[in-house]
Amino acid sequence: MRRREFLAGIAGTLALPVAAFADDEVLDPLAAKVARGAPVRKGKVKIVLPQLADNGNSVPIRITVDSPMTATDHVKSIHLYSERNPVSNMANFYLGPRAGKAEIDSRVRLAGSQKVTAVAALSDGTFWYDAAPIVVTLSACLDES
Amino acid sequence: MAARIQIPSQAKQGEVVEVRVLIQHPMETGYRHDDVGHLIKRNVINALSCRYNGVEVFRADLSSGIAANPYVQFYTVAEASGDLEFTWIDDEGQQGSERQSIKVT
Amino acid sequence: MSRAGLAVTLLAFAAAAQAQQRAIPLDQIKSGSAFLGQDLRSLQNDDFANPGMLWVQRGETMWRDPTGKSKQSCASCHQDAKSSMRGVAARYPKIDTASGKLLNLGGRINACRVDHQGAEPFRHESQELLSITAYVARQSRGVPVSASIDGPARAHFGAGEAAYRLRRGQMNLSCAHCHEANWGKRLLSETVSQGQPNAYPAYRMEWQTLGSLERRMRACLSGIRAEMLPYGSPEYLDLELYLAWRAQGLPVETPGVRR
Repeated sequence: MRRREFLAGIAGTLALPVAAFADDEVLDPLAAKVARGAPVRKGKVKIVLPQLADNGNSVPIRITVDSPMTATDHVKSIHLYSERNPVSNMANFYLGPRAGKAEIDSRVRLAGSQKVTAVAALSDGTFWYDAAPIVVTLSACLDES
Repeated sequence: MAARIQIPSQAKQGEVVEVRVLIQHPMETGYRHDDVGHLIKRNVINALSCRYNGVEVFRADLSSGIAANPYVQFYTVAEASGDLEFTWIDDEGQQGSERQSIKVT
Repeated sequence: MSRAGLAVTLLAFAAAAQAQQRAIPLDQIKSGSAFLGQDLRSLQNDDFANPGMLWVQRGETMWRDPTGKSKQSCASCHQDAKSSMRGVAARYPKIDTASGKLLNLGGRINACRVDHQGAEPFRHESQELLSITAYVARQSRGVPVSASIDGPARAHFGAGEAAYRLRRGQMNLSCAHCHEANWGKRLLSETVSQGQPNAYPAYRMEWQTLGSLERRMRACLSGIRAEMLPYGSPEYLDLELYLAWRAQGLPVETPGVRR
């Protein structure tokens, strides 16, 4: 293979993951199940996830939902989904008006580069989501200690 | 199981306070193998609950997707002085609990 | 010889002893935390959420537990660890004056258990040994590493340096090849550190638990496809001393958080 073609091929491969991450308007079908057919709209939910994980065994995640958290208008639950982990429903967090603020921090395991989705169920029966991409690389050295 | 809870020791009535919990647990995924090749059985904390003076104010379903030695941070409204008590259970039925008191003025 | 002459001679001798050739000069040594991403560096500095603190917390309970035939706790002799243990971990490994052996902190704790508490030594890499070692080392957080290589330690230091430079394994690499000649450069997606020991025992994400410096060295050996020497091998101890000398001045960061 000629050198120029080879380099162009490599460039194309490197471009691919970036293009996939840009398309986050399509909700992970497993995440959509939470709503049992009701529409899940993008918005109100914000995931903060590093762009590059230090180590896939433990990645910090913050999910915030824009909500006054009053008795009549609050977040009932937040559902976290992975598109690549063997177990797609990573965690569910149940809140309520006594939370005061709809924000959860935790540390998750991510089996490779992927998109993480959070779906929030509000007290008014609506569902909202956000999705965030992350690159997870393998450790440089094998560790069998 | 060792566990740590961090909440302010005191808060004003109605103040939204940060609650942090860290529990020592391997959160064994069930996908790892030991050094002779046998699958290590899955065992994760699958449920975590926080009761504030006996009333549940926070609950979580956890899975193998949560990192080992699970860490969770959430918020709760400081209603009255008393205890925040965390309880959790893993796949093997092992239960754990830890409490911390808060003074609300 | 005049007093001034004697002083000059002694200073020159001390300088010569200290003037072991340092591949990485002291003003260029960097802790492993300098090679971490922002997340893990913040996690290490978070006194609550640093997962290593779970072991430190357990160690604190163990410190007060009466144990062994003596039914004495560590606190019975050493009282408050915050003051009595401050600076201790920074001086290890060191020669134990009673036995003449080189001991690391874990070895020293086990010697205390056997000799003074009439208790069984904790097994290598056991949860108990990790917890109590992490607790004791934590009391030296911020204290500069300052292990001595004088007197009987000198032979161990020499053996440690030789072990550091020995090529091993299928990859035929020595510690020096990565951590001396190529620190700061990339290995796949990671930046090679200087391999400094000042944060151990450390919570390593790859292990998903707290582990000792010895375990970390075993991990390196497996990484270069070399046979992992068994826990407790004298090579590890000699290497620990060499690493401590190499890290002179770096602050103790135990419990560290590492990839």
